[in-house]
Parts: sequence; C-alpha cells; structure tokens
Amino acid sequence: MTTPPSDSGRIELTDLCKRYGSGPLVVDNVTIDIASGEFVTLLGPSGSGKTTTLNMIAGFTEVTSGRIRLGGRDIAPLPPHKRDFGMVFQNYALFPHMTVAQNVAFPLRERKVPKAEIARLVARTLELVDLADKGGRRPDELSGGQQQRVALARAVVFSPSVLLLDEPLSALDRKLRQSLQQEIKRLHAELKLTFVFVTHDQDEAMSLSDRIAVFNEGRVERVGTPADLYRDPGTRFVARFLGESNLFAGQVRPGGVYEWGGHKWALPAADGSPERDLVVRPERLRVAASSADVPGEANQVPATVTGLSFQGTHQRIELDYGDGVTGTAVLSPDAPGADLRPGTGVTAYWDPAHQVLVTRN
Amino acid sequence: MPAVTTVSAPLRTGLSPAGRRRAAGLLLLLPALVALTLFFLLPMLSILLDSVTDPEPGLANYVSLFTDGYTLRVLGRTLLVALLVTVAGLVLAYPYAYLMTLAGPALRAVMVTVVLVPFWTSMLARNFAWMVLMQDGGVVQGFFRLLGLGEVTLLGTTTAVTISMTQVLLPFMVLPMFSVMQQIDRRLLLAGQSLGASPFGSFRKVFFPLSLPGVAAGASLVFVLALGFYVTPALLGSPQSALIAQVISVRTRDLLDFGGGGAMGVFVLVVTLAVLGASRRLTGPGAAVGAAHVMAGGDR
Amino acid sequence: MRPRLWLKIVGMLVGLFLTVPTLVVLPMSFSSARTFRFPPEGWTLEWYERLFTSPEWTTAILNSLQVGLVTTALATVLGTAAAIGVTRLGERGRGFAVGFLLSPIIIPNILIALVIFSAFLRLGMTGSLFGIALAHTALALPFVVIAVTARLQGMDPALQKAGGSLGAAPFAVFRKITLPLALPGVLSGAVLAFVISFDEVVISLFLQSPTALTLPVQMFNSVTVQIDPTISAASSLMVLVVSVPILLAQVIGARRRNAGRQR
Repeated sequence: MTTPPSDSGRIELTDLCKRYGSGPLVVDNVTIDIASGEFVTLLGPSGSGKTTTLNMIAGFTEVTSGRIRLGGRDIAPLPPHKRDFGMVFQNYALFPHMTVAQNVAFPLRERKVPKAEIARLVARTLELVDLADKGGRRPDELSGGQQQRVALARAVVFSPSVLLLDEPLSALDRKLRQSLQQEIKRLHAELKLTFVFVTHDQDEAMSLSDRIAVFNEGRVERVGTPADLYRDPGTRFVARFLGESNLFAGQVRPGGVYEWGGHKWALPAADGSPERDLVVRPERLRVAASSADVPGEANQVPATVTGLSFQGTHQRIELDYGDGVTGTAVLSPDAPGADLRPGTGVTAYWDPAHQVLVTRN
Repeated sequence: MPAVTTVSAPLRTGLSPAGRRRAAGLLLLLPALVALTLFFLLPMLSILLDSVTDPEPGLANYVSLFTDGYTLRVLGRTLLVALLVTVAGLVLAYPYAYLMTLAGPALRAVMVTVVLVPFWTSMLARNFAWMVLMQDGGVVQGFFRLLGLGEVTLLGTTTAVTISMTQVLLPFMVLPMFSVMQQIDRRLLLAGQSLGASPFGSFRKVFFPLSLPGVAAGASLVFVLALGFYVTPALLGSPQSALIAQVISVRTRDLLDFGGGGAMGVFVLVVTLAVLGASRRLTGPGAAVGAAHVMAGGDR
Repeated sequence: MRPRLWLKIVGMLVGLFLTVPTLVVLPMSFSSARTFRFPPEGWTLEWYERLFTSPEWTTAILNSLQVGLVTTALATVLGTAAAIGVTRLGERGRGFAVGFLLSPIIIPNILIALVIFSAFLRLGMTGSLFGIALAHTALALPFVVIAVTARLQGMDPALQKAGGSLGAAPFAVFRKITLPLALPGVLSGAVLAFVISFDEVVISLFLQSPTALTLPVQMFNSVTVQIDPTISAASSLMVLVVSVPILLAQVIGARRRNAGRQR
C-alpha cells in the first residue's frame, strides 16, 4: 500500500535569517524546500548555522526574518509545543524521573489521548524500536544506544508530520552509530515522515539522506543528492567537506585549457569565471611509474608518493604535487603499486571527463 | 487560517518568546526580592543612616570607635581572637581534610560524619558543652593541672572563648578544604614523583598549591564568622573580655544606641567584605598559578 | 598512597576534638546535681521530665517548631521560585539577582540581628513569633536558592526543549519536568531552612519577648539568666535528633556506593 502524496510534511524555508542582537547573521538567507517524506540532512562544520536553522524550525529560536512554512502554512508564530514536530536531541534528553514507557507516553498524555490508546501506541512504538521489554526501566538503566532508541520512539509515537534530529548519533561510539543509522533509515522507510537531520559527519549524511544541504558560515552552499554533490560539488568548500579530493587552484585559460603550476590540462567544457579550482576525486586518479605509461588523452601531473596503505578492498596512495598541494589516489588492490615506496616519483593522471571545476569561495 | 504572511513572529505577538520567558523569570523572582528588600536591605540602609545621624548628623559614631579608648581595645581583641581561631583551625583542618581525601570509602564516611554532625548540631548545645568542660573544677582545668600549668581559670577568659570557637567553627574550615582537595587529581602527585620530586616535594609543589583555593575559602569563612560571633563569647567570655558582637548587643538591646551600635556593625561589615574580597582575589590567581605549575611539568 | 602514621594520629585527634566535647551533654543530662558539675555524681531523669512537662520549656519547643515551619514554608517557596526565575534572566540580570539573593550569607548574624531589631522596633514587630520567622526567612533564603540552583544547573537544558517539542506548554513543562527534577534540591533547601531557623540564637535573642521565646533562647537564658540544668536534656536531645539521621544517611550512602561498585 502506498500513501497518497500529501503536502502535510513539506517544509519550506524562505530567506531565513537569524542574528543575535546587532551581531552578524548566523543564518544568512537560507532557502530550502523539503518535500513531504523526504530525508534531508543539514550538514556543516560547527558554527555553520545548521543547528540554529533546526532550532528555528522547531521553534526554540526566534526567526529574525524570512519564512518557515509547514504544509503551506506559516508556522513562525507558533510556539514549539504547537508545531507538532518530533525532535531527537544529541544527548537523548530523556526525562530521568520517568520510566521508558512514561517517556514515550508523555507526548500522548499532553495531547489528551485516551488511556487505552496510549497503552496501545506506546507498546507498538517500543516494539518498533525493539525495546518492547524495557518499558518499565529508567532511562539511566539503559545503554546509550537504547536511550537514543527510546528518544526516537518518543519523538514519533504521536505521529508528527516531521521528525527533527539534532546530531542524534554524535554521543555514541562508531559501532553503535552505524547500527543506529540503519535503525533511523528503517524508521524513515516505515513511517514515511519528513526527516530533517543535522550532523557534521559527512559519512553519516551521505549514507542516510535523500538530499544534503551543505552549510558554511550561515549560508547554504549547495543542496543536492549525495551522489550529485560528490560528483559535482560546485564549490571548493563542498568539495573539501564531502569526501576527499585532489584540488588544484589554477586558472581556466582560453581554448579549453586549465593551467596549474606550469602544467596545461585539457578542459573539454568551461564557461564562466576563469578563477576556478580543478577537482579530481581519488578513485578517478591513476598512477603510472613514468609519463611514458600515461595514455595520450589523459591529463597528467608529476607527484611524489608520501604514504601507502593497503586496505583490503583498495589501496590508498598519498601524493605530493609540490607547491604544498597534496592529494590521494584510491586504486584497486591489484593495481600496480606494490613497488611504490614513499619518496618515489610517479605520474598521476586522469580522464578529463572525470575532472570538475568548482568555485573558489 | 489565511495562509501566507511575511511578518515575523515578534511583531505579531507583542512580546517575543525570549521576552516572555524573561518576564516570567522576573515574576518568579519578585516575591523573594521584595522579602529581602523589606527584611534585609531597607533595615540595613536605615542602620547605615542611623550611624551617621543618631544622635546628631556626622561621623561622630565612627570617630568614637577609635577614640573612646574602649571600643578600639574590643576591636583589637576581636580581630586577634578571629585570627587565632583561623590559624588554629588551619593547622587542625588541613591534615584532617587531606586524610579524608586519602581514606577508603568506609573511613571517609566516618570522617565526613564526624565533621557534619557538629556542623548541624545546635550551636547552643555545643557551647553549653564547652561551658561545662571549662568551668572551675571542670575537665579542661584538670587537664591543664595534669600538664603542670596549675589552677587556670578558664571560664570568662579569652582563652576559653578562643578554644571553643576553634572547635565550633572547625567544620566550616574542613568542608571547603575537602571539597577542593577532593577534586585534585591524585595522579598529578605520582606524575610529580615520576619527574623526580620526593613524595614530600611532590606534595609541597603540586598538591599544596592546588589545595590553596580551599584553604583560602575555609580561612576567610572562619575568620569572618569569628569576627561577628556572639554565642560563644557571650556564654564563655565575660564583659571584661568582651568581643565586638557582645558590645553591639549591649549597645543596641540594652541602650538602644542604634547610631553607636550601627557604626560598630558597619565596621565589622567593612572588614568582612574586605576579607572576602581579598580571599577571592587570592584564590583566583592562586589556583591558576597552581594549575599552570603542574602543566609546566610539576616540579620546577 | 598510604597515609603516614603521624598523619593518622593527627586526624584521629582532630576527629576526637570535633566530637567528644559535645558528647559531655549526654551524661550531664542524667546528672542529679543542680549545678553543671562534671562528671556527674548521681543520676536522674528529672531534666527530661522538666523538658517535656514544664510550660516554659514546652512552649519554647512549640514556638521553635512553629517558627521553623513558617520559615521553612516561606523560604522554600520564595527561594525555589527565585532560583527558577534566575535561570530565565539574561546574563547581567542573573549576576545581579544572585548577588542580592545570596548577600545575607556574608553578613555577620549579629549585624542582621541588629538591623532587623531596629527595624522591627520601629514597626512594633518585636516580640512576635511571626516577626522572628520573617527574619529567619531572610537568613534561610540564600541556602534554599543555592540548593535549588545547584540542582537546576545540573539539568540538561535540552530536557525543557524536549518537553516543548513533545507538545507540553511552558507551564506544563515547568510542572511536569522542571519541578519534579528540582525536587531533591527543594527538599534539601527546606531541611536546611528548618535547621537554620530551629538553631538560630542571635536574632531570636534580639526579638524575644516573654511570649515569643524560642528553644535556643530559652537554653541561652537557662545558663545566663538562671541556672537550669534542663538545658543539658535539651542539648542531648538536639545532638541526637541531628546525629542519628546524618549517621544513617552516611551509612546508607556508603552501602549504596559499595553496591554500585559491585554491580
């Protein structure tokens, strides 16, 4: 059974701004349109405005200017408790004086749901997060992962149209984090709610989201699917923040040429500003012992090997291109490379179709 | 509800959520502030006013503190007793608090109880106990005789007051010290020794500087309490060896001289604030210097 | 690191100095002598009988209980509200409010007694138990504020946000989340307020009248004004009433810590 497409979980942020007192804008004209049922991640380093944006959506932080609409309705004047969003916090924020079941029942009680219905919903939701037998426990008797699952249950038990997650996994260790990522993904698939997820962890963002909005200094740098953002980051910041890259800050020259450090590379299509960086992702880079082994159509650059590591499914080669520019190549495990040693001079090369240009800001 | 409007929230609701929160906070604070103003601040100001207007405007009340020949002696005696009580308290409390940090859980519980019980026990019961011990023919006198000090009259003397006050105020010295010492990472001492300091050197150069904020807090607290202490001198002292609190009591309760008593009170207050201010100034940099010392390698 | 022997001995002596002198009140309270001779030569229960039957002592006890309860109620309500209110202020307002709320702590009691006595004299409020309770409230308020604030500061601010996000209006958040979590602090503040009032001598001495005598004042008078050995019974009772709960709390606390370690 498929639910009919509805707009009730659609969140439109339009020119959203926040400043404290007369300080600078901490959120600077953020515009994002989140479709009902979509999983959108607000990704950025700390201080980039992503959490402030989430707090404005939740109603904890006042909007300085701009609009927040839910299902087409302006919700800026509503206090948090009338917005009907589920929210999951970084440190769980479970009420320590209530049992697990009482925590999960809390939003239902506040909504004056009949007792029998509360019992049914709490039992069902605890089952959903696989904690059916823990209803009578106190939060501090549970592990961190279990506590966060209780927090998830509590945030979805009242069927909100949107679930807001504020770095919910950052307090957990790596292994737990991965299993909870799966849990969150499954919940999203089952509940078909809109998820707005805040994190500074790019891997988390990539593996969970339908779309990612990358925040930098209060602004949204780019919004797109993980694959799009990875393939075509658009800005230097996004290229560096999402995944690894070999990034050359050269110049676009007329006649389909990119020049960096005296090297001239083929540039099939380029319009716009000449002041752009050239990015090659590590898995697109190849390494040859000498320039003679490079196919004729490839772009190439001499490099010095600075480090090697064999990782089973692949091998990583750290490269130094001179001028303080370093990068990485990721090769298949059986690619030639065993004879490389740190200090070896090599030629790195790539298919011009696999390079992208990004803006510099 | 009509759909889209672009006016932001604060304009529409009159008071922003943050503003409303602040207003609610003020409302919650108000009763306490009013009560304190009525029963504390206003009376205080009125006494301050009395001290410069009663019986006639001017600083006569303050001048006579230093010129009537009697008050200055009382003030000197009070400061001396407070100082003695503080020093004796420091000497007794430091090893005790230090031992508390070393003790296992069971012994520590006992040691904490030993400090807490007098802390909570009726001030009067404890002073009464000292009265019994200090009286002529009492246990302490017998003890002094045993030491070969002869028949010493204790009750009614400054000695009796000092000894009793030291004991009565000791918990106020131990508790701040212990709470600071407890937070000192004991591994720092081991680190100090691993860097070549002897156990005692490590204690002196690492632990002791780090414990100073607690020492300063305890010492200033006890000094200030001793300065304005009434019960012990009233029960164990005598009019001939009066401390300032007794004189204030006589001046105001018996003579209703609020100008003169008020001036003494204000003097005690000024000394109190000066001591507390100085202690705060001492503990701040003191703690920082200690921490910096440890970070710089502990032993230098 | 093992403590040295001399340190242990010093610690033990200090421990004895803290506890033993007070304990003389226990045998004293059974002494048959009308003076405070120690050690006692004969034994009697007369002083306990007097403590609980003679009107001057029973009235003093009841007065102290009344003053203590009124003080506790006032100081706890005002102090808790103030502590919660403080958390909602801006940085500067908070500093100012806390400074003012805590100021009675650093003022010597004799000075507080003096200023309140002078004010009450003008208002005709001396010699009333309620006046004493009001003065005690000013004295106890800072301790309630400290106890509740300590509790509130340890509270994750996200809990209140969580309450809001789950549909609870601000007052419901206050009632169902903030208040229950602050309760231990409120209770310890209340206990402190009661003990401070019950034990307070100086202010009560200044504000006393024949109809407004608290127990500590009665005790004070019984050694300064007349010699009444009933004070030893009263003192013993106070020592026991205070020591036993603390001892129990410490023992239970130590047991629980041990159990926690084993788990």
